Amino acid sequence: MSEARTVLIDPLVDNNPVTLQMLGICSALAVTTSLLPALLMCIALTSVAALAGAAISALRHRIPNNIRIIVHMTIIASLVILVDQLLKAYAFETSKQLSVFVGLIITNCIVLGRAEAFAMKNGVVMSFIDGLGNGLGYSIILIAVATLRELFGAGTLLGYPVLETVANGGWYEANGLMLLPPSAFFIIGLLIWGIRTWRTQQVEKPEYQIHEVHRTEAY
Amino acid sequence: MPDKKEFDRDSISNTLIVAIGLSLVCSIIVSSAAIILKPVQEKNEEEFRQQIILDVAGLTDPDVDINVLFESIDSRMVDLETGEYTDAADPDSFDALVAAGDPSLGITIPSDLDIAGIGRRAKYAPVYIVKDGAEIDQVILPVYGKGLWSTMLGYLSVAPDGNTIKGLRFYAHAETPGLGDQIDKEPWRAQWVGKLVYDGGDEPQIRVVKGVVSADAPGAEHMIDGLSGATLTANGVTGLVQYWTGPHGFGPYLKTFREDSAKRASPSSTLQLAATTTTKQLGHHNE
Repeated sequence: MSEARTVLIDPLVDNNPVTLQMLGICSALAVTTSLLPALLMCIALTSVAALAGAAISALRHRIPNNIRIIVHMTIIASLVILVDQLLKAYAFETSKQLSVFVGLIITNCIVLGRAEAFAMKNGVVMSFIDGLGNGLGYSIILIAVATLRELFGAGTLLGYPVLETVANGGWYEANGLMLLPPSAFFIIGLLIWGIRTWRTQQVEKPEYQIHEVHRTEAY
Repeated sequence: MPDKKEFDRDSISNTLIVAIGLSLVCSIIVSSAAIILKPVQEKNEEEFRQQIILDVAGLTDPDVDINVLFESIDSRMVDLETGEYTDAADPDSFDALVAAGDPSLGITIPSDLDIAGIGRRAKYAPVYIVKDGAEIDQVILPVYGKGLWSTMLGYLSVAPDGNTIKGLRFYAHAETPGLGDQIDKEPWRAQWVGKLVYDGGDEPQIRVVKGVVSADAPGAEHMIDGLSGATLTANGVTGLVQYWTGPHGFGPYLKTFREDSAKRASPSSTLQLAATTTTKQLGHHNE
């Protein structure tokens, strides 16, 4: 049980797919202008990652090595289409805002990465939990970024006004930059800085050290 | 797996079994999901289309049900060739794309006139008339044409002078996200409001140009700013708006509005008289 706990909790902060592994940045920029599409994207990615992990793990002894990536892609793509169809049926307006990004879960490095690195080597239940954990790790970052962007960019949360904007007769001058993609880079960058200050073991060692040579040694 | 030692998962037979079996299972899952969810999705699409008609008319009210709002709009069928109203089809259930393919309901567009790139069109088209009391406030015309990747379907709202655009919205397209999909985003679509389709004649002059239109450029009232990175989509929009407002599209229908409006503007007739003329004209089309 404690192993399952580690598999679930570890990707949330200590091994977060976005802030430590730098995966899934593309969709983190694109769908975080407001909170609702970001939440839907989190649910979509988490369910795809968990179910794909379980399905691939169940087949792991049968999947031929030479076509294993194609098999992963087929399973992931089917799940993504399923999720996309469900969103179009039951969350139509938000699915329009998510446009291509649900489809792009297929190529999301987090899902394929976990399939290849974890599900091919571990049991069905553990792979499901691993997918869930990594999906939730991605979700935490997405929700944090989307909350900041919607709050400071539009003065609302989930569409409800929180900071009364000047345009609506309030006091808060909405920060338009927050609604543009670069702001997500800034926020993710600040988050990474914050996490690495808190968890110093995440700080990477410099790839090389400048060796200071004393003038007398040089000759 | 009990016979793990003898089982060779990299053998050709296993590769084929896994590949074929997986494709089969996945395709069954995907296609059954698509079939089961289709009715719900179609209902959503239909409500979205009605929502766009209300949006382009400026009638959106989140507190009122779409169907109630939609009742205030009068939908009619127009015979495109004559520009007169017809009862040949039911405007609420009419599907222009299906009718275009039907040999008895559609016609082939001569290729030199087909600037919207649609090949065929239906003989009839629905129009949505929004009234403000007894007066017509605006007429909403369905328009569609080829963009870069997809057929773009939308609604063009025209003022009762048959010339001034009151709005253009698209409800279905698959243009490049971030570039071509600006055709239905606020800053760009707001530009269409107040532009003029015609310049005296019957040929539409409205078009999307390259770059930004300066307000004092000659003919600026017919020009819309281009979309950088989406020239082909923008050209598609020009094509479809020009086709559907042109002589082969709603041209003859809009012409009756322009003539009425000219009559109204002439000093001999009072506004009251003009209003009765409009009603009469409509009554005539009704027959």
